[in-house]
Amino acid sequence: MGAQIDKIGIRTGMWLFLYSEIILFGGMFVLYAAYFHEYPKNFAESGKELNRIIGSVNTVILLLSSFTVAASITAIQRRAKKLAISLLTFSILCGATFLTIKYFEWGEHIRQGVYPNSQVLQNGPPGNNIFFGLYYVITGLHGLHVIIGMTLLSISLVFVLTGRVNENHFSMLENAGLYWHLVDMIWIFVFPLFYLVL
Amino acid sequence: MDQEESAVQTEEHPHVAGYGELFRIILALLTLTGITVAVSYVHLGFFNVPIALFVASVKSSLVLLFFMHLKYEGRAIKVSFLCTIAFLFIMISFIFWDVAFR
Repeated sequence: MGAQIDKIGIRTGMWLFLYSEIILFGGMFVLYAAYFHEYPKNFAESGKELNRIIGSVNTVILLLSSFTVAASITAIQRRAKKLAISLLTFSILCGATFLTIKYFEWGEHIRQGVYPNSQVLQNGPPGNNIFFGLYYVITGLHGLHVIIGMTLLSISLVFVLTGRVNENHFSMLENAGLYWHLVDMIWIFVFPLFYLVL
Repeated sequence: MDQEESAVQTEEHPHVAGYGELFRIILALLTLTGITVAVSYVHLGFFNVPIALFVASVKSSLVLLFFMHLKYEGRAIKVSFLCTIAFLFIMISFIFWDVAFR
C-alpha cells in the first residue's frame, strides 16, 4: 500500500517554519534599526570598514545559487536527473565559496583587533562597538544558516542520486530549496544594511 | 505501487517553473544588485537607506514570488506569509515610533 503523501501539507509546514526564521532575523534587524537611529554617524563610519566589493560578490554568489536551486527543482520535475545533480552541486559549492569569503573577511577584522569584546572596540565609540557586535551576530547567525542550508541541499543531492527524490516525490528538495532561498533573502537585506550604509 | 500512490496523492504539483522564466528573474536580481551598489556611491544623505531597503524589498519579492513559487501557491500560504510581513511591519514601525520620540 502506498502511504498518503500530503504534499501541500509538507510545503505549508516548511513555510510555517520559514516564518519563524523571518521573525528571528526581523528581530535582529529591528535591533540594528534602533541603534542606527541612535548612532547614525558611528554606523556609517564603521560601515566603511566593510568591503563593498566583497559584499557584492557574496550577494551575487547567493543569488546565483538560488537560481540554480530553483532550476534543479524544474530539472527534477522534467526528469533531467543529470542536470539536477549538476545544478545542486553548483549551489552547494556556491555556499562553500560564500563561507570561505566570509572566513577571510572575519579573519581580517579579527586580525585588526575588531571582534566582540576586543580592546579596540571597547575603547572606541559605543556606536562602533554596537555596529560590529551586530555585524558578527547577524552574519554569524546567517553563516550558520548557510551551513544548515548546505546540509539540507547535500542530503537532497544524495536522495536525487539514489532516486529517492524524483519527478513524483521531490518534497525534500523543494523544502531544502525554500530554506536556501530564505538564506539568500536574509543576505539580500544584510548586504545593504552593513555594507552600503555610507 | 506507483499507480496507487498517484491515486491517493492529494495534489498534482501543477506548476513547473520554466528555465526561461527563472533566468529572466536572476537577470533582474543581478541588475537590481548592480543598481543598489551603484546608488550607494552617490551621496543622497538620508535617502540612501530607504532606497537601498526598497531595492532589497523588490529583490526579495522576486525571490519569494518566483524562486519560492509563492505566486503559484494556494491561499493558505499566501495569506499566512502576508500575516508574517504584517507582523514584521508592526514590530518595526512601533519600535521606530518608540525610539523616535524618546
